[in-house]
Amino acid sequence: MAVHVDRYLRLHKMPHIWCPGCGNGIVLGALVRAVAELGCSRDEVVVITGIGCSARTNAIIDFNTFQTTHGRALSFATGFKLARPEMKVVVVTGDGDGLAIGGNHLIHSARRNIDITTILINNSIYGMTGGQHSPLTPAGSYATTAPYGTLEPVFDACRLVEGAGATYVARGTAYHVVLLQRLIARAISHKGFAFVEAVSQCPVGFGRRNKMRTPSEMMRWQKDHAVTVKAAAGMSREQLRGKILIGEFVNRNLPELTEVYGRLIREAQSRPGGE
Amino acid sequence: MMQGNEACVEGAIAAGVRFFAGYPISPATEIAELMAEKLPRVGGAFIQMEDEIASMAAVIGASIGGVKSLTATSGPGFTLKQENLGYAAMVEIPCVIVNVQRGGPSTGMPTLPAQMDVMQSRWGTHGDHPVVVLCPSTVYECYVLTIKAVNIAEMLRVPVIVLSDAIVGHIREKVVLPDPGEIEIVERKKPLVPPEGYLPYRADEDGVPPFITYGKGYRYHITSNNYDEGGFPATNDHKVAHALINRLHAKIEKRRSEIIVTEEYMLDDAEVVIFAYGCTARSAYSAVETAREQGIRAGIIKALTLWPFPREVFRKLGGRVRTVIVPEMNMGQLVVEVEAALKDNPARVVPLNRVDGKMITPGQILDLVKEVI
Amino acid sequence: MLTRYSIELNHAWCKACRICVDFCPKKVFGVNESGRAVVVNIEKCVGCTLCELWCPDFAIKVEGSEQSGEAS
Repeated sequence: MAVHVDRYLRLHKMPHIWCPGCGNGIVLGALVRAVAELGCSRDEVVVITGIGCSARTNAIIDFNTFQTTHGRALSFATGFKLARPEMKVVVVTGDGDGLAIGGNHLIHSARRNIDITTILINNSIYGMTGGQHSPLTPAGSYATTAPYGTLEPVFDACRLVEGAGATYVARGTAYHVVLLQRLIARAISHKGFAFVEAVSQCPVGFGRRNKMRTPSEMMRWQKDHAVTVKAAAGMSREQLRGKILIGEFVNRNLPELTEVYGRLIREAQSRPGGE
Repeated sequence: MMQGNEACVEGAIAAGVRFFAGYPISPATEIAELMAEKLPRVGGAFIQMEDEIASMAAVIGASIGGVKSLTATSGPGFTLKQENLGYAAMVEIPCVIVNVQRGGPSTGMPTLPAQMDVMQSRWGTHGDHPVVVLCPSTVYECYVLTIKAVNIAEMLRVPVIVLSDAIVGHIREKVVLPDPGEIEIVERKKPLVPPEGYLPYRADEDGVPPFITYGKGYRYHITSNNYDEGGFPATNDHKVAHALINRLHAKIEKRRSEIIVTEEYMLDDAEVVIFAYGCTARSAYSAVETAREQGIRAGIIKALTLWPFPREVFRKLGGRVRTVIVPEMNMGQLVVEVEAALKDNPARVVPLNRVDGKMITPGQILDLVKEVI
Repeated sequence: MLTRYSIELNHAWCKACRICVDFCPKKVFGVNESGRAVVVNIEKCVGCTLCELWCPDFAIKVEGSEQSGEAS
């Protein structure tokens, strides 16, 4: 049977504030179950968020949790992790929080290969402020700040962090929730900067304006458009147009920042003049 | 012989700072460079972040992790730090920011001194936030005030700013540092209740809630949205907001006497008083000594704490003081506070301002003293 | 009839999004007059727990085990 998430919730914070059918709850469920599956204690897990709908994931779970400023969760997490390398640090962010205002912090965290797991919930929109376009709003979609359709191309978040140096990169969707949980579990056990993009649905801020009226329609879109990395290997460019790749893209072992810094401290202290 | 910036580093380490995050910026960079060298030797961590915003965030993150943390910057970088400085003030995370002031606005005069951030240090971030600002004028004061800054930050769970400047930061002076055993070090107050009974924002009578880091069995939430005693958002709760914002200010007001440091010189019979701070105080001392040699009854109030503003000290001035001169390397930022502090005193307040990147000289102050006497 | 699985619904948390209704491979769910999920075909439940994994509001709990399933 599945791990019952309510055992890990702050029950007095329920029901949560998200809209009906919001994918955030599904992603959060996958995260909590992944932590349970790994057998981590609640005390050793720290979940850090920024601002936006994604940032509301941590107030309701009974771990060590703090919500920070918009886009900056990874920078807070970097300081925390350097101060407390023994803790498991998870950052939950969104496509606006993590890729627009927080984009600089994301690429540098990836470059440093610091042992932080980042889950980027991609709902294609700024949900909390009511549906403005984000760096992951597909070109041509409608948003309150794109009443004639968005004109800008999107990032491929996974390729971006891979290029920046992340050592674990994967993508899942709310629909493919079993896969998503597995990817998050692997990301948490990975030593180094691990990034999981969770394609999710915002029925109210995005779906309504873009001809997907119900949460189920949006999840059906995820089902119909997702192609696993394995299947994609045998598909042509033409066949892959408009599809989203899911699965594991990168899983490599490279020196991790807090480990490397720990060694530096030990060496500095063994030299004359060290404490 | 030691440089002011170096003294900040020594003071920080003596006070127990074991984390520094920063970004290169003149004229504060020496602090980062020395921290990078010294922190690992004492088991601490240094990181150069991707920008000033991130370094302020990392400092707060490390402090939440239970480690005393400090960052250093200058004008434009200080502006970028304001976002998360407000976060630290709101969620009550101890941290210290050294701002080695340079000429502005904007990138201004990157290597030249100024005192233009006095108001930014108090009101730089949005919202009516509490903050403490200390201001050294000598290398020795860089050392002791950095220690004091760390202590106040830990004691009151507030961000504390050390407002240095390009002169004080770069000048080399002979200093005799106190023995480590003589330095008072403050540690943050730990909860006395078990995890089940812990409310992270239930304050004691001093207005300060006990603070424990994560991973010790105390699991709780932090948010910079208006929050309740449990640390959870109470975004639209007027009563909670009223109590919270009042408590954040009250915890500082209650400790004014411990926070405020001023120095008085030749005040007893003074007819002209110079109110000075930072590098300008150096010229003021020189000017007053010359004035005294010439038989002019001049004295000094030097402020080492700028915020909360040390209004109490002006009560000591009797009716014989006719003029208070306020020399500042800005267009007149504290002069307004001085006027307010002297509202029941007939003494005239005369500003002396200089904004060209050069120090106010003893001669300039002396000339003004002679003019007003 | 022997039921291998039981489904517990928390109507205080359910927000009537219909994800369970639309995606349950065995059509176990229906809705009540307020639009919230109700179990209408428990005998068809195969214990895949997808409804529980998909429920964004943590309002569904599937109980039972593969073992008791085999035994029945």
